[in-house]
Amino acid sequence: MDPIHVDGKKKGRIMLYALSTCGWCAKTKDLLNSLGVEYDYLFVDQLPKDEMEKVYTEIVHRYNPMGSFPTLVINGKAIVGYQEDEIREALV
Amino acid sequence: MTDRVTDEEVEETYRRLDREAEAGGYHLNPDTEFVKELVRGLLANERRYGYPSCPCRLSLGEKEADADIVCPCDYRDPDLAEYGACYCTLYVTGKVVAGEQKICRVPERRPPGGPTKSTAKRPAPLSGSLPYPVHRCRVCGYLCARDEPPEICPICRAKKERFERFL
Repeated sequence: MDPIHVDGKKKGRIMLYALSTCGWCAKTKDLLNSLGVEYDYLFVDQLPKDEMEKVYTEIVHRYNPMGSFPTLVINGKAIVGYQEDEIREALV
Repeated sequence: MTDRVTDEEVEETYRRLDREAEAGGYHLNPDTEFVKELVRGLLANERRYGYPSCPCRLSLGEKEADADIVCPCDYRDPDLAEYGACYCTLYVTGKVVAGEQKICRVPERRPPGGPTKSTAKRPAPLSGSLPYPVHRCRVCGYLCARDEPPEICPICRAKKERFERFL
């Protein structure tokens, strides 16, 4: 399953790994929408199992050893959890 | 996938969780709208996996592997003590409800991928001298000395399988 693309201002490569059931992931997505930036997101819990395991392993190894959500990757740098100030700082 | 959960179901479950929390000495987050979104996630997980696992954690869909993150999770009470809220912030302390403490980000204390068998099961240190075995609720620490743990923890409503042999 490919990530879902959201159009907006280009601020580099922004990828949000999220869960469809998670309130903090929803807040992170809302914040990105309100900032009007271009990004991609993936609901990891909705992936088929083999793909889910692959993506999860990648998140843990490359971005966030705790494997928690949301994991937002902005130009290769991860912001873990809903960190409003950090996200704004990285994108404004 | 979550749109199969109706507003009525969310409302009903929210009211039940609130009632049970207050009866057991716990509190739901006073941000009702946010809590209802978490409840919607719990119900969605219950439909998907057969158990209401934490909406803010990735479930494997295997009951045994996810046992520690079925709500209320094994990490709720230590997180309440340390941060004033559980990981997803469904539950908060009385101080948070009273406005004396603000909720900050609660870091994940679950090991990635879940606890290993060796840390999940620890051997009973004593044997022989007690007339009854002691069972401990992994969620809230409630202890009971009898042959079997209760079907449902009277304090935190966790199910029987969340109990471990303590003594």
